[in-house]
Amino acid sequence: MAERILLLIGTRKGAFIAEAGPDRRSWALRGPDCGGFAIHDISRDAATGALYAGGGSPWFGPTVFRSDDLGATWSQSSEGLTYGDDGPKITAVWNVTAGHGAVYAGVGPAGLFRSDDGGQTWRHVEGLTNHPSRPTWEPGAGGLILHTIVPHPTDTARMWVAISAVGTFETRDDGATWEPRNTGVRAGFMPDPYPETGQCVHKLVMAAGEPEHLYQQNHCGVYRSLDAGLHWEEITAGLPNEFGFAMVSHPRDAQTAWVIPLNGAENGRYMPDAAAAVWRTHDGGDHWIRGDRGLPQKHAYLGVLREAMARDELEPVGVYFGTSTGELFGSADGGLSWDPIATTLPSIYSVEAIRIEV
Amino acid sequence: MAVVVLPRSLAQVLPGLPRRAVVEGATVAEVIAALDADWPGLRDRLLDAGPSIREHINVFVDGELATLDTSVRPDSTVHVIPAVAGG
Repeated sequence: MAERILLLIGTRKGAFIAEAGPDRRSWALRGPDCGGFAIHDISRDAATGALYAGGGSPWFGPTVFRSDDLGATWSQSSEGLTYGDDGPKITAVWNVTAGHGAVYAGVGPAGLFRSDDGGQTWRHVEGLTNHPSRPTWEPGAGGLILHTIVPHPTDTARMWVAISAVGTFETRDDGATWEPRNTGVRAGFMPDPYPETGQCVHKLVMAAGEPEHLYQQNHCGVYRSLDAGLHWEEITAGLPNEFGFAMVSHPRDAQTAWVIPLNGAENGRYMPDAAAAVWRTHDGGDHWIRGDRGLPQKHAYLGVLREAMARDELEPVGVYFGTSTGELFGSADGGLSWDPIATTLPSIYSVEAIRIEV
Repeated sequence: MAVVVLPRSLAQVLPGLPRRAVVEGATVAEVIAALDADWPGLRDRLLDAGPSIREHINVFVDGELATLDTSVRPDSTVHVIPAVAGG
């Protein structure tokens, strides 16, 4: 059996897959798949091996694609992915995550859907949409989007979700009820900078092996929580900017994570000083280290969206990110050095790394 | 039975979908329902909540822009055409 690394790449014009051996040096690219739909997220169900790709088409609407052969062929279904004939129209699927024996989809306008049959049919998790704060939910620049789903690894009743310009929520009763988890997170664009909801969380990740230990990249800084999101501590100090979208955590080390700071929200949202860099911490965010070897350092007006960074599970860990200009970069040494993998893809919305044996 | 002309782009997400199908239906809604029975999921690609025809999908019956309630005759030709949009 040979080990292979697959990068699942969601773009504005469909899904692509890049494949390499464990050296992560020579990549073969295939695609586009999924009918040219804009694909916002691709992930794998570790339990079944199925790949799921969520997205939407201006013509044909939102849907979730599924592949049982590592992307060679795809089917799709959005049956039940609706707020009803009297409800708001769903425009796209922004996240698709398997967990707790089911598959979950985050959509815009923000809401959570669940499939118990591998994506064939979907039902609305109404408990979240029925939260008392719902009337106050306002869209961010990218819309009112449920973009992150983090299932608890062992407790099937628990899950966290993140919604742009609304905040993080947790359920402890399998989605029946939800509680905000935003204490300590700044919302600098609001009169009260520490409201119960309204924070613009961009990405939420769990530390390896520690379900109570969370990180988030927010519109207004980077944060960590050691109590499952009940309280957040800002760890932005040392980064060139508080703003950014993407964040990933190490597969085995709870103290290691990577972020890609971007210059200000109203200042173009590209890498500071137009010099590309990925920053990492090895102490939970107390200190940050810049990694830019091999990345363009001049005229790099690159943005990286929230789902467009990933890591594999090899040692050393491989880290990957895709830009909104269609460039895909990879590091086989945890972010110390980088190489281009693809440079002419459509705008990249998401990157996921999986390991297979063939 | 009416002839329905379907976009090539739809076949990319519904494998096996023909460019032309022959189905029964007295209205556009019934025609789409009949197509969905043969190719499950097609309805969700053409219709949005309401139900309504998706914003960037145009349906023509015998050359006239149609709605879901538009009548379809047995000798009608129904065209489903993605609108000029996108980027």
